[in-house]
Amino acid sequence: MPIPSPFHARTSVLCESHEWRNWAGYLAAGLYEPGHEREYYAIRNSAALIDVTPLYKYEIIGPQAEGAVNRIITRDIRRCKVDQVIYTPWCDDQGKVIDDGTVSHLSESAFRITAAEPNLAWFQDCCFGLDCQVADVTTELAALALQGPNSRPILEKIFSGMYLSPLQYYRLAHGHVGRIPVTVSRTGYTGDLGYELWVAPQYAEALWDMLMEAGQGYGISPAGIVALDIARIEAGLIMLQVDYISARKSYIEAQKSSPYEIGMGWAVDLEKGDFIGRKALAAEKKAGSKWKLVGLEVDWQSLEALYARVGLAPQLTGRASRSAVPIYNDEFHTGQATSHTFSPILKKYIAIGTLESRYAGPGRALQVEFTVEYVRLRAEATVVKLPFYNPARKRA
Amino acid sequence: MPGKFDAIVIGAGHNGLINAAYLARAGKKVLVLERRHLVGGASVTEEVYPGFKYSVFSYVVSLMRPEVIRELELTRHGLTILPLESTLTPLPDGNYLYRDGDHYQSMRNIARFSPRDADAYEDYSHAMYFMAKAVKPILGMVPPDPASLNPFELARLLRLGRDYLKLEPAQLHTLVRLMTMSSADFVARWFESEPLMGTLSASGIIGTFLGPRSPGTAYVLLHHYMGEIDGAFRAWGFSKGGTGGIAQALASAAGSLGVEIRTQAPVSRVLLKGRTARGVVLQNGDEITSDLVISSLDPQNTFLNLLDPSQLPDDFVQGVRRYAYRGSSGKVNLALDAAPQLACLPGTGRHLAGAISISPSVDYIERAYDDAKYGRFSRRPYIDVIIPSMIDPDMAPPGKHVMSCFVQYAPYELKEGSWETQREAFGDTVVDTLCEYIPNLKQIILHRQVLTPLDIEQSIGLTQGNIFQGELSLSQLFFLRPAAGFARYRTPVRNYYQCGSATHPGGGILGASGRLAALEILRDWKA
Repeated sequence: MPIPSPFHARTSVLCESHEWRNWAGYLAAGLYEPGHEREYYAIRNSAALIDVTPLYKYEIIGPQAEGAVNRIITRDIRRCKVDQVIYTPWCDDQGKVIDDGTVSHLSESAFRITAAEPNLAWFQDCCFGLDCQVADVTTELAALALQGPNSRPILEKIFSGMYLSPLQYYRLAHGHVGRIPVTVSRTGYTGDLGYELWVAPQYAEALWDMLMEAGQGYGISPAGIVALDIARIEAGLIMLQVDYISARKSYIEAQKSSPYEIGMGWAVDLEKGDFIGRKALAAEKKAGSKWKLVGLEVDWQSLEALYARVGLAPQLTGRASRSAVPIYNDEFHTGQATSHTFSPILKKYIAIGTLESRYAGPGRALQVEFTVEYVRLRAEATVVKLPFYNPARKRA
Repeated sequence: MPGKFDAIVIGAGHNGLINAAYLARAGKKVLVLERRHLVGGASVTEEVYPGFKYSVFSYVVSLMRPEVIRELELTRHGLTILPLESTLTPLPDGNYLYRDGDHYQSMRNIARFSPRDADAYEDYSHAMYFMAKAVKPILGMVPPDPASLNPFELARLLRLGRDYLKLEPAQLHTLVRLMTMSSADFVARWFESEPLMGTLSASGIIGTFLGPRSPGTAYVLLHHYMGEIDGAFRAWGFSKGGTGGIAQALASAAGSLGVEIRTQAPVSRVLLKGRTARGVVLQNGDEITSDLVISSLDPQNTFLNLLDPSQLPDDFVQGVRRYAYRGSSGKVNLALDAAPQLACLPGTGRHLAGAISISPSVDYIERAYDDAKYGRFSRRPYIDVIIPSMIDPDMAPPGKHVMSCFVQYAPYELKEGSWETQREAFGDTVVDTLCEYIPNLKQIILHRQVLTPLDIEQSIGLTQGNIFQGELSLSQLFFLRPAAGFARYRTPVRNYYQCGSATHPGGGILGASGRLAALEILRDWKA
């Protein structure tokens, strides 16, 4: 049975849809209202409050914690100052991605890593021989994402200890909301202006209440993971076990991916010194990667035509899909769209997908499979750069 | 009535019935002879105490070959395998480890003992998937003979070798470890918490006279893990009506294919003409002739009891004599007036419909083995408990329950006293051990059936009470099961075959031995 998060007393009252998902063993609201669209627009137009407690959280602490983190991740943690956060993948010895997440530099000798899947045994093994400790703090920290253009004024109203206005993208600050100690990071999974708040579970309900109250007049709304999923696809953010499979869980080589193949080549620092997977990644960089992660925009007229064949208008404005569909280069199967959705704000049907590198150049015309009235058909699509949606306020 | 039967199968255990059914399916006229009054061998359900059905000997099923179920249409003949999907390990201090199909819940439970183990749990399952996948094809194949220079044999060996070379190096290394390590050392490569290591490594000792720290037990652990990767199957299941339900379905399927089954028809010897089998002699003196005789019994019975050993090659006889049985387990069946209440998880719940494993640590099981090594039953034994009536309510009257307790260790040969005098003391030890975890147990016992290895031997003919017709140790597997040169269901006697658990792949309610033997027999027939 999934267990309630520390916010459950609040979220369960608000969850009118009674649609719950199992997110890493926690009950997570799929959506609160009968439809997800208002929640989605809270992310894009006002402010959405999302319970992200189920993220796995690990702390690596000790004199050699920095060296340990640098051994695990592909980016150079030495370039991440205290109170800074970086987003990075980590790999196995073969350079295949195990997971991706953020690393927060909490103090000289303390780091916190978020992950989509359990990683404790892996991190501990990676730290063997180094003077540091790895602890799973998943249940010791409740987490809320406050995302959307109004997230800043809402937080500024109640957050004391530091001005948030200068809190830059991927920075964090410690302070108080009322008497509650809270860590705020300017991070999120929506590609919008937003923050994530980290708090001890005993303060979870009080923090929720203060945010919801401060958000009155700013259009704050709780949002579930249905809305979040659309926002993250628009932001071009990948999801483990959906857009790629963890090397620890893959059963065959073909299921594994390198950072270069999941759009995270920019996060591989081959110059920083040794780290797990470096040798394989250096070789792959030299030889080139077989696969590439891309964005795809489906041609709307082509979609309309598929539906028109049977006398229907396109019926695609629902939720995001995590069921992969094949992508074709005329007659040849050349990849798959792993996450796809109608973007309410762009009015386009968009997809994150993996293609053979040679077909992955921007502007490339390909075909994506759609099933219309039980029949599998193909719609025209174009390879585009990610993200699909990138408002200036995200970093401003 | 000479020539009436094409084949006679001795013993109506699951392999005997499967073998007979496959032969009949190929158009042969088959007679099955069973010593007892009911079919099933070790897969029998008996109402020893009125209203309460005991799965007397074997009690769970995980490995029954799906092709047997499909090909013999066993579902049509009443076979239903119900899920048994959780394992609860209660601990003496009132704590417990509970694992079931809910992945995250199982991880949280493991994390209470070691957060690290919770993460490693998936790596372990992942590694075992590859091991099971690598070994599984072997379960479905007739063992090649590595000593043969016959090109056909060499080609088969080569194919097998090539499959293994296809494994990734890391997987090949794990496979070698699995074949050589003890189950405790093997699981310690992933884990550190005692209840988890104890319970996982316990799978490696089932039916062997070895402890969790004895090398070779890791393979037995895999053998018990094998069912898990079969898409068509749950890891472990409980046959509706007890394991007798399997025998009934098989008997029905065999019957519909024209097999004649005679119970209370003990065979005293196999009739030979020169070095060729031509029928059997029953204990009542009746002679029944047939072209072929197939024994589903263990090698002791098949070769040394039903034949005159002087009719067999001497080296073969020596091999069969050295084949190890070393029964090490007993069984206690209980009829209960009410539901058992666990100290760690009182009340009723799903956890009672799964396995309850008394295996709090590796040390606990190893100590249980220490007792057995020196000829006494374990003072605090490893016990694998299921409550069949929680899974299939028809096993006991409403509100009442039956409890099946597989107990290890109970050595066949006791250093002091005999099983006749020790039987009830053994039963008391089991009940006392269980009472540490199930405080109300003594008050609700209506009836108790205690089966020692001697009882198992005497009632269903398994030599020394070994539940697998001989240990599942590496030295007695594949092309060495049961004897070098005779691993392919044939024997030194022409037209005399073997099809029981003592042949490859053996062990558990698998049915592969019966089926593979039938396919080999049919091949010879055509030749």
